[in-house]
Amino acid sequence: MKRAPSTPIVVLVHVGLVVFTVVALLPVMWVLSMALTPSQAFASGGLPIPTNPSLANFTDVVTTVDEDGTWLFVRQLFNSLIVSASTSLVGLALATTAAYALSRWEMPGKDRAMSAFLITQMFPGVVMAVPLYLLLDEVGLLDTLTGLVLVYATTTVPFSVWTLKGYFDTVPRDLEEAAMLDGANRWQTFAWVILPLARPALAVTGLFSFMSAWNEFILAATLLGDSRSYTLPVVLQRYVSDQGTEWGHFAAGAVIVSIPVVLLFFALQRHFVEGLTAGAVKG
Amino acid sequence: MRGVGALLFAWLLPAAAQAEELTVWHAYSGAEEDALQEAARTWSEANGVTVRPVFTPFGAFDSKIETAVPRGNGPDVFIAAHGNLGNWRQMGIVEEVEVDLAAHCEVCGEAVSADGKSWGYPLAYKSLLLLYDPGVVDRPPETTDELIAQAHALTGGDRYGLAFQIAEPYYYVPWLHAFGGSILDDDVSSPAHAQALAFAYRLGVGEGIMPAQPTGELVGQLYEDGNAAFVISGPWFIPDRKRAIAAAPLPVVSETGQPAKPYLTVEAAFVADQAKEPEHARAFAAWLAGPEGAEIRQRVGKQAVSAVEVTSDDPLLAVMREQAERSVLYPTDPAAGSATEAQARALRRVLRGAATPEGAAAEAQAYREVFQRPPPPSVSPTPYLATMVLVLLGGLAWAVAPLREEALRKQIWEERFSYLWVAPAAVALLAVVVAPFVTGAAVSLFAHQGGEWSFVGMRHFLDILLARDWPVSSPMSFFYTLAVTVLWTVTNVLAHVGLGVALALVLREPWIRMRPLFRAALILPWAIPNYITALIFKGLFHVQYGAVNALLGALVGGTVHIDWFGSFALAFCANLTTNTWLGFPFMMVVALGALQSIPRDLEEAAMVDGAGWWFRFRHVVWPLLAPALLPAVLLGSVWTFNMFNVVYLVSGGEPDGSTEILISEAYRWAFDRENRYGYAAAYAVLIFGVLLIWSRSANRLAGKRVL
Repeated sequence: MKRAPSTPIVVLVHVGLVVFTVVALLPVMWVLSMALTPSQAFASGGLPIPTNPSLANFTDVVTTVDEDGTWLFVRQLFNSLIVSASTSLVGLALATTAAYALSRWEMPGKDRAMSAFLITQMFPGVVMAVPLYLLLDEVGLLDTLTGLVLVYATTTVPFSVWTLKGYFDTVPRDLEEAAMLDGANRWQTFAWVILPLARPALAVTGLFSFMSAWNEFILAATLLGDSRSYTLPVVLQRYVSDQGTEWGHFAAGAVIVSIPVVLLFFALQRHFVEGLTAGAVKG
Repeated sequence: MRGVGALLFAWLLPAAAQAEELTVWHAYSGAEEDALQEAARTWSEANGVTVRPVFTPFGAFDSKIETAVPRGNGPDVFIAAHGNLGNWRQMGIVEEVEVDLAAHCEVCGEAVSADGKSWGYPLAYKSLLLLYDPGVVDRPPETTDELIAQAHALTGGDRYGLAFQIAEPYYYVPWLHAFGGSILDDDVSSPAHAQALAFAYRLGVGEGIMPAQPTGELVGQLYEDGNAAFVISGPWFIPDRKRAIAAAPLPVVSETGQPAKPYLTVEAAFVADQAKEPEHARAFAAWLAGPEGAEIRQRVGKQAVSAVEVTSDDPLLAVMREQAERSVLYPTDPAAGSATEAQARALRRVLRGAATPEGAAAEAQAYREVFQRPPPPSVSPTPYLATMVLVLLGGLAWAVAPLREEALRKQIWEERFSYLWVAPAAVALLAVVVAPFVTGAAVSLFAHQGGEWSFVGMRHFLDILLARDWPVSSPMSFFYTLAVTVLWTVTNVLAHVGLGVALALVLREPWIRMRPLFRAALILPWAIPNYITALIFKGLFHVQYGAVNALLGALVGGTVHIDWFGSFALAFCANLTTNTWLGFPFMMVVALGALQSIPRDLEEAAMVDGAGWWFRFRHVVWPLLAPALLPAVLLGSVWTFNMFNVVYLVSGGEPDGSTEILISEAYRWAFDRENRYGYAAAYAVLIFGVLLIWSRSANRLAGKRVL
């Protein structure tokens, strides 16, 4: 066990860490303070302290109802949850098999495939929205959450493949060989031996996919055409217009949107720290 | 499980369309949305056809209309300001309609008419007004001299006589019009323009009656706090104000004796091309614009309705009517977008004191000439098609050539089932990422201007790469922007890795208290959607009211007045700070993970040998850490290179477009400058090319294949 350094250094490091954390959290505090201030102005100057704090902004955002009395917020929250969860699942399904194959078997062209996956990350989004719209329209998935999920899930595949392959590379092969000797085929070995071992990496990539779907709004606004199928980030845009931003509502919405992600972060934190590159070192 | 699956599936599929339903797209919120819903209900009940108003976010409205309607996926009716009508007519998005123009105010009819025909049903109009606090202003001024005199008397301490978004062209044109100029003038370097710019400087800076760099939110807050006596804004400023507010028409400019004439925008109900229920659509739109619909919109939505038959004794509506008489109809000319951008640049330079009014006006003229130059001549696509076929064949041959080897073929055949494992991901990426990109990239061979497409071949690439329009040293040139983008990427990645690794090194030490808490807290910047934090940061960097200057002031014990968006270096720093804040948690997590798998005994051995912490880091930890970080660093650099949100939302390219990066510049060509999609696509292709070269050279640097 390593000894702790001398007391002055320990104190100094702690002070530095606390100061850095406070500075890093200031903008978060600003969001909170604006959300709690019952006005739509942008808070300015000094410190992030709400004036006349109230939950009015949150109530406004949560209780939006459409013309038929549908409780929009709950519906859109569900849409967001379903889209993001499905994105994680579909993205993982696509990425785990590919990553496992690329990690284990000597297929010709393997390196090129890995490069190709990353090259797709370099395509600038500016030119993609309209062709995607046309594509989904052709296959009849426009205006559906399914179409949105397919698009989101696919765009998360490259990152997931890279992360998962790095992890699979570190899992010793003896386990699979043992399973194979017991008569399991490739698929069974993968599903029953490797996947459970890869839980940390799955948690990390799943969270990434979830987040990218959870926060996206440009594609969602383009590809969806009905306030009942909108996801939460699209709805937040209601508070931004050419006449300015309703900061109170916008900030309250931002807080609401962040909560599930933060909860997920906290729940997965341990896996997170193990998962992301645990493999890459040895790989 | 199956039940849950079925439920999920049902949710993900589109709702079955109901018969006889009319879809109306709008971007209204608040009282105006309530009014539209009430009107829709009233009409539905009377006519047995359900009207469904669908809110479409303001930011996505135009592009959605322009994509959806030509494909037959549009609404039946959409409600929008008339400004884009010129575009929409060119694109065939709006249907011709019959409107009784006599029933609407004259300008309102004019707004929806073109070529002697009507294209939409006018609903309401909006323009800027002079708003004031009746608690401190007895009588609104009639001339600008009076306004300035009153404002001087009301300025002092934290209070300002006047506040409005003077740096925005929409708020500047009223003065320009009073000096006899117009944004669409062929010569924007004329004395009228120089005089108007000089007047804007006097009002915004010279007289000292206005706060520094007022934004919309700031103006609202100043007014609410009783710190702004006069405000220039529109009717949207008024709802939900807790402080009393009154309105008057904009004053007469004393120098010319002409009234300040704001833009008048007319909101209208347009019948979309390929509407599913065109008859009902016309009937509903006509009714909504007519007296009954107007009455509801005026009563519930507080709109200044165009229908002359509907009167009101609301003093605000009377002022709006009066102002409408002294206004200029918002231009429908598609060229207005880039003309406005050229003006905005000139205006900001003058307000910043970076150029004289005459100099700025001359620069605006130069910009305009490039922005509005006619599209390049179209060329024959045949040689391009031939080249493309050749390149494709060559590429195919190159890819297939190794297959001549017997051994390789055999290996591939043996591994044939392995490929199936990769196939789903590959197919999905081909369909959803590669195909759209290739389609989008193909657009770069075409020019789009005024709704017309023409094939121009490599012309855009030549224009961009040979810097034909701007000298290489101008912020508008590709190479300048490329240099900024590279600087942006390198500094960001260094900051992310530096901070991330430093924090990870500290947070792995067992003697740090409450490690999970710190870890969780430091991850927060990543959890909040980045477009929101980017907007927050922009506010924090405000010259007068921003928290950054306030904190710096507290540190040095005085007032700090740093104009964060006034010079390239500072604006770049503001962007960099924002993106570093957003990006360090990712690197921290990656580094924490990587550090866990580095055995500590090596370090301890080095320590026993008396090595200092830097030596241990440099020679023991870093060599093991670097390879693990490399994929994340390369991936991070690609993401940073294309980090549109931060640059667009924080500095917005200020000053003078110098902090723009390639992706945000491409966006401007596509959406701010008359939809030059071809030119924007050429930028996108070049971005891809640069990144490809970067990843290849990164491989070389790393000495092995990492990407």
